[in-house]
Amino acid sequence: MIPLSNFLVLAAVMFCISMAGIFLNRKNLLILLMCIELMLLSVNLNFVAFSHYLQDISGQVFVFFILTVAAAESAIGLAILVVLFRNRKTINVQALDTMKG
Amino acid sequence: MIEQLFFYGFSAILIFAGVMVITARNSVHAALFLVLAFCTSAALWLLLEAEFLAMTLVLVYVGAVMVLFLFVVMMLDVNIAPLREGFIRYLPVGILVTTLIAVELAMTVGARRFGLDIMPAPVRQGPEYSNTETLGLALYTDYLYPFEIAAVILLVAMVAAIVLTMRRRQGVKHQKPEQQVTVRREDRVKLVKM
Repeated sequence: MIPLSNFLVLAAVMFCISMAGIFLNRKNLLILLMCIELMLLSVNLNFVAFSHYLQDISGQVFVFFILTVAAAESAIGLAILVVLFRNRKTINVQALDTMKG
Repeated sequence: MIEQLFFYGFSAILIFAGVMVITARNSVHAALFLVLAFCTSAALWLLLEAEFLAMTLVLVYVGAVMVLFLFVVMMLDVNIAPLREGFIRYLPVGILVTTLIAVELAMTVGARRFGLDIMPAPVRQGPEYSNTETLGLALYTDYLYPFEIAAVILLVAMVAAIVLTMRRRQGVKHQKPEQQVTVRREDRVKLVKM
């Protein structure tokens, strides 16, 4: 018997790890995208855990939609990344200051 | 007992993979550790009886999204050294802040509020229970409009990705089918009297 709190704490730890990744890899746009994927994964773990313990299928439906939106987001994000690299020859976030004014 | 063994084993692998994703020196290694994280979460979701979503995570995420990530990582010829600067400098503050947030979150969702005595584990479903059927019933009745909107979102994402990355390069030889099908015999063949 695994208590629900174990799953929630695990999801919280994964969320914090991905947040630390955003703090630490502030310049690498690729790792930033991967950290966002990891964050969405931890949120999905929360949804699935609550769906199981409350015996309500709606949580899994939400996970389904989050997966859809995350897939769309990563596809568009990577496309923008490719266009960016083609024009600027870098994916360093600090070099993207054209709109600074 | 065996359930707890699986849970703690998969949790350890998941946290290890997450830490490796954010600390890996090589972006390809980071992407591969992200694949490991997705596979381990799929195993955890199987423990929670979400079989359909676990399989979807492996097929869609590991099979499609992460392959796209790896493709982009390998296609871009990125000089990694300038992207790593600041990692050591922000390490103490980053660890401090995230540990604080993790402790706060763990205290909020810990065993005192969501333990077994407050949220008892539900009875396992029998072998005749189909998670896919239940999910499909909810998806095609109560959530039909959101489902259609999700399809539109995927279509928009596909069109956007294609439009963003498409470029017409100069000096490349293209076929022009509309001119090919309208060509007549007189344009191409010339009879010469010898």
